[in-house]
Amino acid sequence: MWVLALIVLLVVFPVVVILLKGVLDEANAIVPSIAKIRDAARAGSKDLDAVPLLLTTQRQVKETVENVAAYGGSLDVILDDAR
Amino acid sequence: MSAAAVVLLAAVVLIVLALVYFLVSVIFALTKIAKGLDETIAAVGEIVEKSAPVAPVVDDINANLDAAVSALEGLLVKKAGMEDAVGLVEGLYPGAAAQGFRDFPDSKTTKAPRIGEVYTRGTLTLARLGREAPIAAASPIGGPVLRNVLGGSLAARALYPADRPGRSPVIGTNAPVQYEAPDADPSTV
Repeated sequence: MWVLALIVLLVVFPVVVILLKGVLDEANAIVPSIAKIRDAARAGSKDLDAVPLLLTTQRQVKETVENVAAYGGSLDVILDDAR
Repeated sequence: MSAAAVVLLAAVVLIVLALVYFLVSVIFALTKIAKGLDETIAAVGEIVEKSAPVAPVVDDINANLDAAVSALEGLLVKKAGMEDAVGLVEGLYPGAAAQGFRDFPDSKTTKAPRIGEVYTRGTLTLARLGREAPIAAASPIGGPVLRNVLGGSLAARALYPADRPGRSPVIGTNAPVQYEAPDADPSTV
C-alpha cells in the first residue's frame, strides 16, 4: 500500500502536472499569434477599402486609351509613313 | 484508515486538483483562441469580399493598356520604320530594344541605331514631328532624315525660303524687353 501511495504521489502526480502545464503553455502561446493574425487581417481589410477607386482608374484608363487612339489616328494622317 | 491510505488519498486529490486547475486554464485559453479566430475569419471574409472585383477590373485595365501599346507600337513602326523605331525606343528607354515590340517579333533582332547618343529626347520628338511631316516645308525624299545632317539642315532652311527672320530675341537681365512679370520674384530667376 505504501509503495502504491508513494508512486502516485512522487511519480504520477509530477508527471500529470508537467504534462498539463505543457499543454497550458502551448495553448497560451497560441493566443498572441492569433491576435497578430487578427490584426493583420483587419489591416488588410482596411487597405482594401480603396479598391472601389479601381473603378475610377478603369474608367480613366479607358478614356485615356480612347484619347490616345484619337491622337494616333490624327498622327497617322499627319505624318508620312517611313517607307 | 491506515496512514498509507491517507497518503494515497491525498495524492489522488492533488492530482484531481491539478487536473481541474490546468484544464480550466486550457479551456480559457482555447476560448480566447476561438474568439480571436472568429474575428480573424470575419476580417478575412471582408478581404475576400473586397478583393473579389479586383481581378476583372485589372484584367479590363490591362486589356485596354495592351490595345494602346499595340496601336502605338504599330504606329511608331509604320511612321519611323523598324530600325528608327527601335532606336527611338532604345534612346528613350535604354535596354528596351532587347525586349522588342510585342507585335513585331523581328524587332528583337533589329540592331538599334544609337539615336539616343546623338539627339536629346526633345530633339527626337521634334525631329519626328517636324522634319518628316507634310506640315513642314518639305518632306525629305530618299529615306529617313533623322540622322541625315544635310537633309535635316535643308529641311530646316526650307522653312524660310525667302528670307530668314531677324535674330532671336535677346534674353537676360540686359535684354531690352523684359518678359518677366513686374512682380516676379528675382531670386527665382
